[in-house]
Amino acid sequence: MEEKFAISIYVCNKPGVLVRLTQTFARRGYNIDSLVVSAAHDTAFSRITVVVMGEPSTYDQILRQLNKLVDVVHATSHESTDVVDREMALFKVKVDPKKRAEIFQIVEVFRAKTVDITDQSLVIETTGDSSKIDALEKLLGPMGLVEMVRSGKLIMKRGVEET
Amino acid sequence: MNGAQIVVEVLKKQGVEYIFGYPGGACMPIFDALVDAPELKMILVRHEQGATHMADGYARATGKTGVVLVTSGPGATNTVTGILTAHMDSVPLVVLTGQTITPNLGKDAFQEADVFGVTMPVVKHSYLVRDVKDLSRIIKEAFHLASSGRPGPVLVDLPKDVVSEEWAEDFNAELDLPGYQVQSSGNSSSITKVAEALAKSKRPLLYVGAGTVISGAAKQVLKLAEILQAPVTTTLLGKGGFSENHKLSVGMLGMHGTAYANKTVVDCDLIMAIGARWDDRITGKVSEFCLNATKIHIDIDPAEFGKIIEPDISVNGDVATVLDELLPQVKKINTKDWLKKIETWKKKHPLKYPKRGGLRAQHVLAELDRLTASAAIISTDVGQHQMWAAQFCKATRERQWLSSGGAGTMGYGFPAAIGAQLGNAKEVVVAIVGDGGFQMTMSELATAAIHKLPIKILIINNRYLGMVRQWQQLFFDNRESGVNMEGNPDFVKIGEAYGIKGFHLRRAGDVTKVLKKALAYNDGPCIIEAEVAKADNVFPMIPAGAAVSEMLIDEPPAGKKLKKPVGST
Repeated sequence: MEEKFAISIYVCNKPGVLVRLTQTFARRGYNIDSLVVSAAHDTAFSRITVVVMGEPSTYDQILRQLNKLVDVVHATSHESTDVVDREMALFKVKVDPKKRAEIFQIVEVFRAKTVDITDQSLVIETTGDSSKIDALEKLLGPMGLVEMVRSGKLIMKRGVEET
Repeated sequence: MNGAQIVVEVLKKQGVEYIFGYPGGACMPIFDALVDAPELKMILVRHEQGATHMADGYARATGKTGVVLVTSGPGATNTVTGILTAHMDSVPLVVLTGQTITPNLGKDAFQEADVFGVTMPVVKHSYLVRDVKDLSRIIKEAFHLASSGRPGPVLVDLPKDVVSEEWAEDFNAELDLPGYQVQSSGNSSSITKVAEALAKSKRPLLYVGAGTVISGAAKQVLKLAEILQAPVTTTLLGKGGFSENHKLSVGMLGMHGTAYANKTVVDCDLIMAIGARWDDRITGKVSEFCLNATKIHIDIDPAEFGKIIEPDISVNGDVATVLDELLPQVKKINTKDWLKKIETWKKKHPLKYPKRGGLRAQHVLAELDRLTASAAIISTDVGQHQMWAAQFCKATRERQWLSSGGAGTMGYGFPAAIGAQLGNAKEVVVAIVGDGGFQMTMSELATAAIHKLPIKILIINNRYLGMVRQWQQLFFDNRESGVNMEGNPDFVKIGEAYGIKGFHLRRAGDVTKVLKKALAYNDGPCIIEAEVAKADNVFPMIPAGAAVSEMLIDEPPAGKKLKKPVGST
């Protein structure tokens, strides 16, 4: 059975790094679920958070192969308990003005925000862990959800230690 | 100075002796700078693939980094096979490729190829230099990466405008590789565990791979084997990591290894991989490999642990250093019964070949081994002759045996011998090639002839792609398909056209005489065309994907149907 894994990778901010990483996953048949890349606090480096789907039996191998790449400073997997993880999502819902109230209720319960509104549509913004976003998607689905964008998972280690 | 001069200056500082190259538009500034650097000897090849194999042969035979210089586009893509070959076998290469000017990148300019992208899966690391200020640091890094840790090929793509630009370089830039660490010494508690496991073993086996040769650890392996009185098997690329003439050697293991090596593998209670990576041609069916043996794995590359075989104890570090740390803790164990058992296998199943039916490749190779006292540098191509050479030409020291193991690149053997001879002027270098593979890179005869390199090119000519034919015979009901080398030239005449000496060898009775003549000829290269039995087969053989215990020691009776191999190759 394939499983989902979240890996945080600290890399040199150089051209080609991302290709080398994605090649490593593709070669071993891992599919990338989400990928976030941004400059680190020290701009000579980048932080990457990647969520992949694949065989648990090859997971340690992949981590070692990532760490073997010259531009990878470290690649680490994390237990969900020792990290803060967040994701952001935008949802576009096509909705008749008469039915808006119902959606506003959901938005409130989820502590989401309505960031755009027209006579036919709403854009809703939310932040949270991935399961919260999954749940909101499920509820909005039958109410006219036409588009969704997710940022991909961000991970940061709890406490003073570096991610 | 301009970028090209900076490149040349760094090559000089790195102690480079030879550059194997082929010019073209995009690398002209570098070729121009070479005019003023006669200490860097430019070996002009006839095809860029040849350049990479020569650099590879030079690197394997000397331990130094091989350097290749080619132009952009097709010049660069022609190096890909050679880069793969070096990558699979952990050979240190620096491949410098010319590139179109930076403003043209990505615009399909003349002779533009994204070689940085094309080669990414087969390099240890690569660079596309965009700023002349980075040039000296990057070339230095390329050498450091290629040669340290687990060696490998590093490609540096050099746009023509970058190498043409003027820059006052002081050559002081430090390496900037924060993501690259090399583990040299091993974890001491793991090493103690290894010593304890060895002490408990009754039937140990040391399994020596290319990492031993790369690390220069033959001395340590010899000590370890002699203290333990443990048998030693060497992989195709580990040949020379332990002398095959030593009484504890059981020779090569794996698909075409000796019967006694493979029986030792099946029966051992401990197997210790020393710079070896449990290749699929060694393990066969992984789920049945050494089920009852403790598995120890010493490797400089931690990504090898558990890739194929999950080791009971792993030690990450340089093989020689780790063995130096291990040796003081190793005690003699009683292996008398074990060695006796192995001795009976050696007697019962020696390497052998049919003495009748015309000239046999095995006979030629065994005689070559005898006449050179197992001391020549042997470079092979890929196929049946390679396996026979591995069986019958004994390696006794490090860096004596050059062969494309991981990639199995046909066309490797002859150009690699050129590199090896350039790096070892005083050694006898023999290129053992098949008629198929030789024709892939024989254009390099010109390169060998120009430099009067006394390479003995031994062509095992059976007018077949023999290994494929063997598989077709054994596993595909003898339905021959695409294996007949009809149309082969007279190789001696081909040599003559280049002014190269040639010998025909057709009769078993002439083997000694002809080989002696060829070995005595040192005015330049010579060709020995051995016209051997057409349809000979390599045995022993473990069908791909089968368990080691399913080894076929001899040719199965005619008409016996074998299962089609499930392993890939």
